[in-house]
Amino acid sequence: MNDSNTDCGGFAARNKKNTLRLGYWTGAWLITMAIAVFGPILLWQDKVLTGAAIVINVAVGIGMIVANKRHLEGLDELQQKIQLEAMALALGVGLVFGLGYSTMDVTNLISADAEISHLVMLIGLTYGAGVIIGRRKYQ
Amino acid sequence: MKNRLKVLRAERDWTQARLASELEVSRQTVNAIEKGKFDPSLPLAFKAARLFGMSIEDIFQDDAQT
Repeated sequence: MNDSNTDCGGFAARNKKNTLRLGYWTGAWLITMAIAVFGPILLWQDKVLTGAAIVINVAVGIGMIVANKRHLEGLDELQQKIQLEAMALALGVGLVFGLGYSTMDVTNLISADAEISHLVMLIGLTYGAGVIIGRRKYQ
Repeated sequence: MKNRLKVLRAERDWTQARLASELEVSRQTVNAIEKGKFDPSLPLAFKAARLFGMSIEDIFQDDAQT
């Protein structure tokens, strides 16, 4: 066991490994997403290739979900609590504001179409803010 | 919930990182428990008790009882 003043031995090493693995899967998912979106525009006009790119993107996405699950399971109980609270906040904000945004589109209260990417950004930012708030709360 | 983790740790001249390593949690978690901001689960409390060779009640005290 590591007696360092700065890390927490096996726990920290395992956490780092899980975080890195999640980072690799997330990076791969983003790359396959970019290929699936921009490939048909810039590289090919073949529907079979587009379909294959989407299938690969979803398959890598499943890998990312599994990596995220392992990452969460590897955290200690306080870290899991912080993640749970951040995810609850992100889910709630995403649901309430996402449906509100969609309703504004459906009722033509806004002229532009409601984009799913806006919802993804809102959820991501809320989740990030939730993690920061949680870490400060238990500092 | 109050606890004596900080005192027990200091008696052994351990850093928070060392205690975190022994308990297999993050340093932030040890810090939050010491400051009373986070109450550990029963398994973690048992682990701390085993580590210090004490009973749970010797380390953790309910606020209502003090």
